[in-house]
Amino acid sequence: MNNLKIVLSGIVKNNPTFVLLLGMCPTLGTTTSAVNGAGMGAATMAVLILSNIVISLVKNIIPSKVRIPSYIVIIAAFVTIVELCMRAYLPDLYKTLGVFIPLIVVNCIILGRAEGFAAKNGVWASALDGIGIGLGFTLALTVIGAVREALGSGAIFGHRFISGDGMLIFVLAPGAFLVLGYLMVLFNRLTAKMRS
Amino acid sequence: MEYILIIISAILVNNVVFAQFLGICPFLGVSNKVSTSMGMGAAVVFVITIAAVVAYLLQYYVLVPLGIQYMQTIVFILVIAALVQMVEIVLKKVSPALYQALGIFLPLITTNCAVLGVAILLVQKQYSLLQSVTFAFSTAIGFALALVIFAGLRERLDLDDVPRAFRGTPIALITAGILAMAFMGFSGLV
Amino acid sequence: MKNSLLNMVLVLGGISLVASAGVGYVYRITEEPIALAAEANTRAALSEVLPPFEQTVENELVLDDIPVTVHTASDSAGQTVGYAVETATRSGFSGEFRLMVGFLPDGKVQRVKVLSHAETPGLGSKMADSDNPLERSFVGKNPSQMRLSVTKDGGEVDALTAATITSRAYVDAVARAFNAVMQTSGGQEVDAATGATNTTPVPENTGKESDNE
Repeated sequence: MNNLKIVLSGIVKNNPTFVLLLGMCPTLGTTTSAVNGAGMGAATMAVLILSNIVISLVKNIIPSKVRIPSYIVIIAAFVTIVELCMRAYLPDLYKTLGVFIPLIVVNCIILGRAEGFAAKNGVWASALDGIGIGLGFTLALTVIGAVREALGSGAIFGHRFISGDGMLIFVLAPGAFLVLGYLMVLFNRLTAKMRS
Repeated sequence: MEYILIIISAILVNNVVFAQFLGICPFLGVSNKVSTSMGMGAAVVFVITIAAVVAYLLQYYVLVPLGIQYMQTIVFILVIAALVQMVEIVLKKVSPALYQALGIFLPLITTNCAVLGVAILLVQKQYSLLQSVTFAFSTAIGFALALVIFAGLRERLDLDDVPRAFRGTPIALITAGILAMAFMGFSGLV
Repeated sequence: MKNSLLNMVLVLGGISLVASAGVGYVYRITEEPIALAAEANTRAALSEVLPPFEQTVENELVLDDIPVTVHTASDSAGQTVGYAVETATRSGFSGEFRLMVGFLPDGKVQRVKVLSHAETPGLGSKMADSDNPLERSFVGKNPSQMRLSVTKDGGEVDALTAATITSRAYVDAVARAFNAVMQTSGGQEVDAATGATNTTPVPENTGKESDNE
C-alpha cells in the first residue's frame, strides 16, 4: 500500500462516520455548528495520530492479554494532554465541546484503529492511517456541522446569510439524527454510483 | 422533591440518548430486537450504578486529597474496565442465571460512553453520594427506555419496504430523530 | 512478549507510570495558562457589566442553596463604583443558567450578561442577545423599586415572546443578585415574587453564617 492510498482510504473507503459508523456520540453531540464539528474532529485527530504512533512503537513489548488495558491507558493519557492544552489555549472551544473531550477515550474509532491497524503496522503507516481516518472524521463532522448550522441558524462558519431564525429543529437534538441520516443516504448513493 | 426532579430530568427531559448523545453506539448496535435490547438495558443499569458509586468514592477520597484531579479520565476509564471484568467474574460465580442473561452484553459496556459520561458528569454537577446514585440509576433507566422503544420501532421497520439508499442505519437514524422530537415534548417538565 | 504474570504486571505498570508522568508534566506546563484563561474570562465579563474600575474584592454567598459571588469594584481612590454579581437560577426551561449582573452603588442595574445557559435556541436563548426586552426592563432601574415579576404575572418586566418560564427564571436570578449585593453592603433586600418555580423567599439575615464558604 502506498502512502497516499492509506490516507485516502481513511477519508472515503473507510470513512469512520459514514462507512464504519464509529464515534457516533461526538458526531451527533458536537455538530451544532461547522466550527464546533471541526474543533471536535481536530481534537480527535490529534489523539488518534499520537496514540497510533505510540502503540505501533510499543506493540512488541506488550503481552497480548493486557493489550487492551495498555492501549486504553495510552489513549487516556493523550486525551488528558489534549484536554489540558485546549483548556489552556482554546478555552472557548473547550467550553462548547464540554464533556465530549474526555469522552474521546471511549470513542471506538481510536481503540478500533489501535487494535485494527497500529498493532499490525509500522510507525510511519500508523501515523498516516491516523491522519487519514482523522481527516475523514473531521471532514464528516464539519460537513454535518455546516449543514445543521446552515439550516438551523442560517449561517455558515458563523457568517449569517439570512436575518431572523433558521429552522431551529436542526440545531436541536432531533436535527442531529435527521441530518446524519440523510447525509448517509447521500453518501450511500454517491459511493454506489462510483462503484458501478 | 430534589430527588424526584433528578429522576424525571435524567429519564425524560435530559434523556441520555436523545438529549445528551451518550451511548449512541450500543443504541444503534443492539437495538434490532426487543429481547436483546432489554438484556443490554439491564446490564447497563447494573454497571452504571456501580460505576457511579466507585467513581464518586475515587474522586472525593483519592483524587481530590492527592490534588490530582487531572488524572480523572485515566483513572475512571481503567476502573470502569476493571469493574466490568469483575462484575462478569462475580456474576458467573454468584448468579449463573443472571450471568446467562447479561453475559454477552457485559464486555460491550466498557466502550459505552454513557458509563464514563455519567461518572464525569456527576463530578461536574457536584452531586452528593446519594444524588450521584439516583442520577446514575435514572440515567441508565432512561437509556434502557430509549433502547427498548427504539428496538420496538426497528422490529417493525424490518418488515417495511424501505428505499435502498435508506436501508439499515440511515432509516434508523431518521427514526431516532423523530423519537428525539417526541422526547423534546418533555422539556419544561422540570 | 510472553503472557507471564510478571511480564503483564511490569508492562501495564510501566505504561501507567510513563503515562501518568507525561500527563503530570503537561499539567505543570498548562497550570498557569489555564488559571490565566479563567481569570481573563471573569475579568472580561466584569468590565462588560461595570463602569471603569481599578480593582475588585470577591465575596462568596449562598442564597437558596445557590452559590452567588459578589465582586465589589472600586476605583483608584478606594471608592466603590459598583457591584458585579455572578448569580444563577435553577428554574430555567432547561434547568440552571448563570448570569452576571452589574449594579451601580445606588442599586441601579448597569448591565446583565448571560454567562452560561442551555435554553431553547431561538426562544429562551434570546435572553443572551444584546438589548433584549428582559435586560432592557432592568437597565437603569433599582430592583427594590420595581414590581419584580413578568407583566403576565402583574409585574414590570417584559418577558421574551413564547419564553415565559425562561423570563421568570431570569427575574429570579436578577433578584437573587440584588439580594446578594444588599447582604454584602447591608441594605434592604427585596421579596421577589418572581413566579419562578422552586423558589423559596429569601430568609433574612442568613448571609452572615454562609459567608466565605
